[in-house]
Amino acid sequence: MPEIVNAVEMRGIVKRFPGVLANDHVDFDLRQGEVHALLGENGAGKSTLMNVLAGMYKAEEGTIFVDGKRVNFGSPRDAIAAGIGMIHQHFMLVPSQTVTENIILGLSDPRFFLPLDALDKKILALQEQYGLKVDPKAKIWQLSVGEQQRVEILKMLYRGAKVLIMDEPTAVLTPQEVDELFVTLRSMLTRGHSIVFISHKLDEVRAIANRVTVLRHGKVTAAGVTAKGATKAQLAQLMVGREVLFTVKRNPVKAGDVVLSVENVCAENDRGVPALREFGIQVRAGEIVGIAGVAGNGQSELAQVITGLRKCSCGRVVVAGDDIANQDPRSAIRRHVAHVPEDRHHVGSSPGLSLSDNLIMKSYRESPVSRGWVLNRPVIRNQSNHLKNEYDIAAPSVDVQARLLSGGNLQKAILAREMTAGPKLIIAVQPTRGLDVGAIEAVQGVLLREREKGTAILLISEELEEILSLSDRIVGIYEGRNMGELRAEEATLTEIGLMMAGTPRGDAGTR
Amino acid sequence: MIDWIIILQAGIATGTILLFAAIGEILAERSGVMNLGVEGMMLIGAMTAYSTAVKTGHPWQGVLYAMLAAGVLALLHAVVTINFQADQVVSGLAINFVGIGLSMVLGEGLSKAGAVSLLPVWTVPLLSKIPILGPIMFTHHSPMVYLGYLLTPAVWFYINRTRPGLHLRAVGEYPSAADALGINVYGLRYLYVFIGGLLAGLAGATISLAVSPGWFSELTTGGQGWIAVGLVIFAQWNPWRAAAGGYMFGALRRLILDLQGPQTLLWFKNPFFYAPKLGFFLQMAPYVLVIIILIIGSREAMKKRMGAPAALGNPYVRGERGL
Repeated sequence: MPEIVNAVEMRGIVKRFPGVLANDHVDFDLRQGEVHALLGENGAGKSTLMNVLAGMYKAEEGTIFVDGKRVNFGSPRDAIAAGIGMIHQHFMLVPSQTVTENIILGLSDPRFFLPLDALDKKILALQEQYGLKVDPKAKIWQLSVGEQQRVEILKMLYRGAKVLIMDEPTAVLTPQEVDELFVTLRSMLTRGHSIVFISHKLDEVRAIANRVTVLRHGKVTAAGVTAKGATKAQLAQLMVGREVLFTVKRNPVKAGDVVLSVENVCAENDRGVPALREFGIQVRAGEIVGIAGVAGNGQSELAQVITGLRKCSCGRVVVAGDDIANQDPRSAIRRHVAHVPEDRHHVGSSPGLSLSDNLIMKSYRESPVSRGWVLNRPVIRNQSNHLKNEYDIAAPSVDVQARLLSGGNLQKAILAREMTAGPKLIIAVQPTRGLDVGAIEAVQGVLLREREKGTAILLISEELEEILSLSDRIVGIYEGRNMGELRAEEATLTEIGLMMAGTPRGDAGTR
Repeated sequence: MIDWIIILQAGIATGTILLFAAIGEILAERSGVMNLGVEGMMLIGAMTAYSTAVKTGHPWQGVLYAMLAAGVLALLHAVVTINFQADQVVSGLAINFVGIGLSMVLGEGLSKAGAVSLLPVWTVPLLSKIPILGPIMFTHHSPMVYLGYLLTPAVWFYINRTRPGLHLRAVGEYPSAADALGINVYGLRYLYVFIGGLLAGLAGATISLAVSPGWFSELTTGGQGWIAVGLVIFAQWNPWRAAAGGYMFGALRRLILDLQGPQTLLWFKNPFFYAPKLGFFLQMAPYVLVIIILIIGSREAMKKRMGAPAALGNPYVRGERGL
């Protein structure tokens, strides 16, 4: 029987952040040549634990062994020298530099002059070895997210990393790109690498991992169980601490009149590059239309154009019969357009103002919240307390600053504000990103209730599961173009994935 | 009659001042630190250079001390903005006032110092014989001008084709990525803020010991530090463009003087000669241009479009969540 070799052993790791015990005496071991999944909700302490292993954070207590030898990492450089490389959720790539420049960044060889052509060749050879293709001369900002991830992997391989930590690597990929990534990971295993795979997606974990460790509130709830031996429901329960329903209940609603009609809209992003190219879409009363796309394909810009936060250079945005393109956000608000923005901390709320001030941010001009120039404080306090209870916002009082609320509670507050205005159209962008399971259920419940009331909803999300379970229709977006639409009942992950990767529906030859 | 050769030759000479200051600021800003104290650092450089030359009779020693004096002032900015993570704009303005105040106090009486040995004037053999370019670029210039010719391509090459240059760019674009790869973000920012100071001091010395010799208190620099700051944005953080822009602004300053001289201008009566007050508007022109550039350049969207270092103006704190 072959002896089991531990590439990494972590014992009794404790890491505190102000007010949070992120890791509470956590043990973790990684065997040579395995994919070990680290599963847990957002905030469970997965990334923290791995940041400790990668030398980004220093643990208050605990020991780490690499290949049986005790190590003490003071910086990421020490960890890389010991063969441990981490690929962060937000890629650590310099957008204005080329692939080659990013890969050699921070290395002591070459000393001074950069022989860029020779380095390009060396990197191409490495790509050949692992089947990771990407143009070495391309600038990072020109690459798709999947390609950027390949650059990150190459960066670690170039440094001779034997252990690769991947923090939620699939969150930003299309289903097809996920398959490609898995092929790459398997080929790396055969070359003796070991991989830590951080995720909260149960299906993927079961597809790629040999073993699973589950974290909840900084503690290990399952240590190194075999991935194949555990059911999805068991893993979910270990992760959340209670039973989880995987399906949302969607009652049939007959779609009404067209509420939102976006016609041939073009717009540029902040860099002045076209982000929307003659994009068109319609949303009817009582239906949820989901926009599926990889981040950065024009979704954010679409939401901004509709809500009046971004100018468009051509096309029309018709809400309930009026063209509101290139007008200010108030003309959208006046037409009962609710906006649940992507950046809930800066666009969705004002972090320095109190919860109650944030709750009245859309109604402050109206009686009884204000009379002429004067805000009616007693009414505001009453209304805010009422909303706080109704939407179950956990906060000590309505006077706390919005920045002190957790992500889930802040999102509930934003929803409370937007829903009280009696919306006819809701633009929801990444409404559940970064929230825990309880908050996700609450947010999705609000959207479904609004749908049944006859509100038109445009849902922009990178969580395909969410789009599939909530939407009536699904529209693919790629480089700012509409790639076609599917009815939710007939949609498959493969078809959505093709649209997200730029194949217009109909070209695929499936039907 | 306006002599274009003389205007361009003077443009090269005065432009060299802007070139040094702007390239220094480019290096600092590429590392992510904006230093608005260029004017103050230049002035302290000009004062130190001149007073050293008066005391010792060695102009080159003056140049050296000028660079060090301005460098020390820049280090103050580095401590405040890198260690204490203060607002770079506020600290830069403060550095500016410290520089101006110090040089006016320490330079008291310096304007009546009498004969001072200045930097030499060189004419390059052979090269000065080239028609048009020869007299403009290689005749009767201070060694500083020739240093500027060498510095521009060297800095461009350093930033774009060497390992330390790659690290410099990474630190200014995405410091947490650089940090994750073991690059010393704080150390490099210190270094480039200091080099920015050295070059601002060099610019100051170029004024008081070569281009317009003497000490005229705050009029010695006369706002050229601010023009250099605007030039960095205009140059889109590229040394070549900074050099071109510097020479262009230099020529513009000389042209403004020359426009006020002749009685007729293109067959018309010269309004600037007959109504000298109009000349003030002409002299205002370069500064107005800089204000316009600064307004355009301060818009966030425009910054991205022009390729400003992404982390410019942001103090770096390791381990702070969400970048």
